[in-house]
Amino acid sequence: MHEWALADAIVNSSLKLAKDKGLKKINEILIRIGEVNSIDLDAFSFALSEIMKGTILENSKITYKEINATLKCNNCGFIFNYKDEFNKLTPDEKEAIHFIPETVHIYLRCPNCGSIDFDFIEGRGIYLEDIK
Amino acid sequence: MNLLDPRAPYIKKRFEKINRVIGVSSGKGGVGKSTISTFLALLLKQKGYKTGLLDLDIYGPSTHVILGVKNAKLNENLGVEPLNIDNLKFFSTIFFTENKPFLMRGNELSDALLEILTIVNWGELDFLVIDMPPGFGEATLDLLRLIKKIEFLIITNPSVISLETVKKLIQTLKEGKYKIVGLIENMKSTDEDFVIKSCDELNINYLGSVPYFYDIEMTYGNIETMSESNVSLFLDKVLNKILF
Repeated sequence: MHEWALADAIVNSSLKLAKDKGLKKINEILIRIGEVNSIDLDAFSFALSEIMKGTILENSKITYKEINATLKCNNCGFIFNYKDEFNKLTPDEKEAIHFIPETVHIYLRCPNCGSIDFDFIEGRGIYLEDIK
Repeated sequence: MNLLDPRAPYIKKRFEKINRVIGVSSGKGGVGKSTISTFLALLLKQKGYKTGLLDLDIYGPSTHVILGVKNAKLNENLGVEPLNIDNLKFFSTIFFTENKPFLMRGNELSDALLEILTIVNWGELDFLVIDMPPGFGEATLDLLRLIKKIEFLIITNPSVISLETVKKLIQTLKEGKYKIVGLIENMKSTDEDFVIKSCDELNINYLGSVPYFYDIEMTYGNIETMSESNVSLFLDKVLNKILF
């Protein structure tokens, strides 16, 4: 699954951060997930737990912070809610965005002026926020 | 603490399983970079090397046209698996774009590139051939940052206009001490030797010239015919210079 690669990337960075901080055991991992990535949290959590086995991350609590996506049109300045536009898409279009979020520029338009030239204000990407 | 983007370090880990990465680059579009990339990848595959072809000309992908790939659903296994075409592993954004224009600003192009390099599971490869975007923009800079082992194969036309930009590309790569395997002069139709002289001046390995084959597009989509084409025969002759 595609979530596996992203989970593996989070584990890779968590282990590196633990080493940098000199931590021997991790109890909690804080992860920030942008809405645009439309991650299947069950699949992502399963992948994390499998990849963390046998490492200092095993059995640590995973805390997710989900960030709603907001977009701003560079052409007319209109700020719009991602979900409202995303919900109008076909399953195939939604799946493309799930794999490569920037494909929003193919399938979405600014609802005010129709432009493809808009930016994410927030809600894109998966980040490691901290480990404890 | 600051948010950590886990993709860049993970990409470095992914590329540890790839022995050599060859970025096929040019200063200008339209010089045959995608054609050379595709034919080179096919030739390496035929020689028995585990080979991948990655189309990173995201604004104008075309290697799928050369390979005759229309659309495909990619499998997921520890990421996204490239399409397997007769043992050539192939990835292009066209699998997600319905062949529609995929246009965005530079910072988002960088994000798309990082996402692709993170999620595509190439497994172990001897060679990954990358069809680079024309010029020297975000994608090239990102690849230089993320894939330290990348080597460049430069393509130009026998045109002072192409060469003018290619020289700048070469100067930049040399300044950064990146490996340049050589330069191919593509679509040659005269005896002019100014490209050879420029290679001498720049201390670049001139690999040779590919004549302009008006019928090369007739081979597209048929791997067997492509393998017997004049472009393949030329690349076969210079392959040792590229590999060693």
